[in-house]
Amino acid sequence: MAGLEDLYREIILDHYRTPRNRGELDAPAVSAEGHNPLCGDEIRIFVDVRDGIVTDVRFNGSGCSISQSSASMMTSAIKGKPIDQVKAIVKKFKSMMTVDEDESPVDESLNLGDLEALQGVVKFPVRIKCATLGWNTLLDALTAAGQ
Amino acid sequence: MSLDVTAIRKDFPVLHRLIHDKPLVYLDSANTSQKPQVVIDALSNFMSHGYAPINRSAYQLAAEATDLFEGTRTALAKFINAPKAHEVIFTKNATEALNLVILSWGRANMKAGDTVLLTHMEHHANIVPWHMLVAERGIQLRWVPLTNDGQLDLTNLDSLLQGVKAFSFTAMSNVLGTINPVQQLCAAAHKAGAIAIVDACQSVPHQPTDVQAWGADFVTFSSHKMCGPSGVGVLWGREALLEALPPFLGGGNMIADVRLDGFTTAELPAKFEAGTPAIAEVIALGAAVSYLENLGMANIRRHEIEMSTYVLNSLTDRFGDDITIHGPTNPELRGATFSFAFRGIHPHDLSQVLDQANVCVRAGHHCAKPLMRILGANATARASFYLYNTQHEADMLADALDSASDIF
Ligand SMILES: Cc1ncc(COP(=O)(O)O)c(C=O)c1O
Repeated sequence: MAGLEDLYREIILDHYRTPRNRGELDAPAVSAEGHNPLCGDEIRIFVDVRDGIVTDVRFNGSGCSISQSSASMMTSAIKGKPIDQVKAIVKKFKSMMTVDEDESPVDESLNLGDLEALQGVVKFPVRIKCATLGWNTLLDALTAAGQ
Repeated sequence: MSLDVTAIRKDFPVLHRLIHDKPLVYLDSANTSQKPQVVIDALSNFMSHGYAPINRSAYQLAAEATDLFEGTRTALAKFINAPKAHEVIFTKNATEALNLVILSWGRANMKAGDTVLLTHMEHHANIVPWHMLVAERGIQLRWVPLTNDGQLDLTNLDSLLQGVKAFSFTAMSNVLGTINPVQQLCAAAHKAGAIAIVDACQSVPHQPTDVQAWGADFVTFSSHKMCGPSGVGVLWGREALLEALPPFLGGGNMIADVRLDGFTTAELPAKFEAGTPAIAEVIALGAAVSYLENLGMANIRRHEIEMSTYVLNSLTDRFGDDITIHGPTNPELRGATFSFAFRGIHPHDLSQVLDQANVCVRAGHHCAKPLMRILGANATARASFYLYNTQHEADMLADALDSASDIF
């Protein structure tokens, strides 16, 4: 039986209690909204992309510890990174969550850092949607930013 | 007579299952109920020894199947005190039953600018089909608001009903547990010249139902919440209204004649039962109806009032302000379905922790997003109790809740 300690790792609870990059960004930053239709969680991701770099990113909304901490860690991981690197991180994370759909190879050398703590979510399949909510919404926001 | 819950629990095999060596505490019956052995046997006996088509063949096996199938219809008519068995229509679930009435009746009777009255505590199944008519016909929706303790605020009911063509409401809220005064609401609708549609999904499994005493025009509910199999819903309607209602789904069984240039419909109930129904499931629903009747719906209701009293008292005594239980505090005004917020812990996380103790509760918006917005939450945890649940299980819920605080 997968124990709760696999799910609720200390670093996850830390990001849940003290979210990083919580808030909003004004134009020219753009945003996208994501919903988890099963549980009602809502999230909005704001991105500011300049010269191919995600110069700033914020999130707000409400949801469970997994969706909120995952979004918080995501913002820390991608802020200041070039778009192609951000997309590689998204791909690596979705692959870790077993929901990477496209065929292109995952960059195995990428280090996900704190995000590795979310590995345990895979043992609780209904929670995978919580962990990936912010990430899918980020992709929508990047599309809105013309990326 | 009070229920012998120990004996009842013996009838439900799944309640004896151990998961990780611990008993199951099933508190999700508002979502779907567990099944007694008699229902499982009815399903399996029919599948093993009696399976055949209904209505279409002369051979004995098919005639027996048809009798069993129609037997459920007759039993249901008696169970809800319907005047005539052919007023009972089988659908795939309550959602389809609601869509049938709302869309068929709405298309035949509503035009742009016509108004329907709903309430803030409706399930999506009694909202979205109306929204579809808003898009299709340009009808308008009006809403009965709620009081602070989760009852319908009927202060302005008569003016809300003015000029309304249909009043469609739940008999019991699947989120708040609130039991609505159905009889009074139907009478008010009729006085205003509106028809009354009652979503009785949460009420039929838990208390006696008398559609004539209610004075309702249409009533819908689901088999799977009343100890029967999934795959069957029920629509009851007044004969004259069903006769006037255009068919909903077209195909086999629902026709009198089909020609190259058109069709005529069959008599009730076939008119609304297009295609092959869930034959075995309908027959097993008959076993669920007699199971519930033998226990007595009034006794089930009494058990649930006792459960509600215990749950409300024990949770508030133990957790005080750390728990917010939505809905009426008077057990007479509610069913044993409790949505709650606990110590700021997100319902999803809460249900995950409860699962460690095999305590099954639902976390989410319960298909009532407009109501959730009014409650100021995007999700709640919901524990719902039925005829097989005990006070001991309510204590296990409370113990499991306590353990959630160790993590968050
Ligand atoms: C009040 C209410 N109405 C309608 C429904 C829909 O029932 P079903 O899912 O069986 O179609 C439900 C079930 O969740 C309900 O609780």
